[in-house]
Amino acid sequence: MQEIAAAINGLELVWKKPATMTDTPMHYCPGCGHGVAHWLLMEVVQEMGIEENVIGVAPVGCSVFAYNYMNIDMQEAAHGRACAVATGIRRVLPDKFVFSYQGDGDLAAIGTGETIHAINRGENILIVFINNGIYGMTGGQMAPTTILGQVTSTTPFGRDVAQMGYPLKITDLVAHLPGAYYVTRQAVHTAAAVRKTKKAMQLGFEYQRRKKGASFIEIVSNCPSGWKLTPAEANDWMEKNMFPNYPLGDLKVPKE
Amino acid sequence: MKGNEALAEAAIRAGIHAYFGYPITPQSEVLEYLALEMPKRTKLLNGQNGVLLQAESELGAINMVYGAAGAGARVMISSSSPGISLMQEGISYMASAQLPCLVVNVMRGGPGLGTIQPSQGDYFQATKGGGHGDYHLPVLAPASVQEMVDFVFEGFRLAEKYRTPAMILADGALGQMMEKVTLPPEHSLPYPEKPWATTGKPKSRERNIVTSLFIEPERMEEINLQLQHKYRRMQQEVRYETIETADAEILLVAFGLSARISQKALELARERDIRVGLVRPITLYPFPTEIIAAMSHRVSSVLTVEMNAGQMVEDVRLAVNGHCPVYFKGRMGGMVPSPEEVLAEIEAIDAQVEKSV
Ligand SMILES: Cc1ncc(C[n+]2csc(CCOP(=O)(O)OP(=O)(O)O)c2C)c(N)n1
Ligand code: SF4
Ligand SMILES: [Mg+2]
Repeated sequence: MQEIAAAINGLELVWKKPATMTDTPMHYCPGCGHGVAHWLLMEVVQEMGIEENVIGVAPVGCSVFAYNYMNIDMQEAAHGRACAVATGIRRVLPDKFVFSYQGDGDLAAIGTGETIHAINRGENILIVFINNGIYGMTGGQMAPTTILGQVTSTTPFGRDVAQMGYPLKITDLVAHLPGAYYVTRQAVHTAAAVRKTKKAMQLGFEYQRRKKGASFIEIVSNCPSGWKLTPAEANDWMEKNMFPNYPLGDLKVPKE
Repeated sequence: MKGNEALAEAAIRAGIHAYFGYPITPQSEVLEYLALEMPKRTKLLNGQNGVLLQAESELGAINMVYGAAGAGARVMISSSSPGISLMQEGISYMASAQLPCLVVNVMRGGPGLGTIQPSQGDYFQATKGGGHGDYHLPVLAPASVQEMVDFVFEGFRLAEKYRTPAMILADGALGQMMEKVTLPPEHSLPYPEKPWATTGKPKSRERNIVTSLFIEPERMEEINLQLQHKYRRMQQEVRYETIETADAEILLVAFGLSARISQKALELARERDIRVGLVRPITLYPFPTEIIAAMSHRVSSVLTVEMNAGQMVEDVRLAVNGHCPVYFKGRMGGMVPSPEEVLAEIEAIDAQVEKSV
């Protein structure tokens, strides 16, 4: 610690870990987007001063241990059920803030039903959806969002339409639901992207405060391990291959 | 009152905060009754109206129960056999995360989509865990509409005392049956403190986490040992009813509707000078092993009557442990045995006993 203190002596402090994050070292692979998305979310929670009134729901996926890092009350849902669990919490605690944090397998495969219906009911929750186009946790199998031609451990010859159908653009789908108030697609791999995502999270919680219905933030992210690329290569690959399939930007913004 | 409606009314009087459901015969009346009554008669902890939500599926519903129970609410859910199968995921997670709630299964005949007629085919599922992993629920088996009412209160008491999902295992006939009932006064069940609930973390305490994930095997074993310890403590909650067992030579063992039929058969048998007694398990888990074991030394034989292919009879055999023969009479697929059918079985057993003396 002393060495660190000496090394940073005289340097300008530009970022401080929010108190809404624990000191537990993260288990995420180097370069993985999950870590950035976590601290962004917790930074927003702290800045909005809602840390005593927020309950998070962790999914089954690489972020299953989100509650080890987020210093707030949390529940761990079964695989895919985070939106149903968030519904249960928010319905009995209607004055609190509730978010779910889910991967693509969790939200758009096994949990599609729970996701669509929670949003369609206009549940006052914020859904943070990490789309890395793969099942990271289980070792890199095909996800519903795996793009055509993408090689995964269960599509060793690349995802083929005849066999596996099309990538599911769940965010486009939920934007059509009347219960969805705010739907946006963002990223966290550059400083500029991070700023936009942070803004989106602030809006999500703000709309929840005003009981406007569901907010849905897709974060197009990476999985260096599952994609078998270095962190830098993974971000390049994401920009070249994921973004054309999942273009960043707002899909539904409230008319105010 | 009708069984299903009495159950729903009892839930309101037990002060539930939330009910999540999905329609299925023969218990849709529970959802319908609560849809009408809950908004005006139940309140959340913050004073707003209680929550009634028709979910997209039983899977959705049970996970809403998980969320709401984890947030400290008193929650009930009800369904019938196929719906209860879908809920097993959530029930296993709640057993592990130690969340209290009340699950009601108004059983119908199976397997598969089966029939909407009454059955007791889900005994194994209810008493042996039901989902994956080593766990049990306290299971209450009502035999009257009055017990449909009483066991809502008892179910919540057990669920909250032991921090576990509890189950009422009824059947389609009880749900539809009309009987006079005495209802407990509104909000007569006190709310326990739930310091573990996720209600938002104040600065004054550590964060609360509701989870069933314990990735290190050492920790997972510890959790399992805690659960097993809880199930041993739960044995003190065992409940049963005995009818005319003092001088019985043949002992009937039956629960729920089968117990009512068996009681009728017992009366018919006694008219014919066959000394029959009845043990009616009220808690199916914990199972009344001791009384059955004790009785097995005093009677010539035991006859278990069920509306299934023979499920509880396995627990009866374990209790009897070879001390006397154990017979089984059952009907399946929504068929209900008549008292006369049970009587015929009793007479056959009696004739055999006579022969062997
Ligand atoms: C019912 C059930 N089925 C399967 C699994 C195994 N499993 C765990 S995580 C996962 C996929 C996670 O992928 P994703 O949601 O995309 O999250 P990521 O790890 O990529 O962040 C699967 C299939 C499980 N835990 N439960
Ligand atoms: S496997 Fe992929 S998603 Fe999981 S932590 Fe590693 S890089 Fe991130
Ligand atoms: Mg993924």
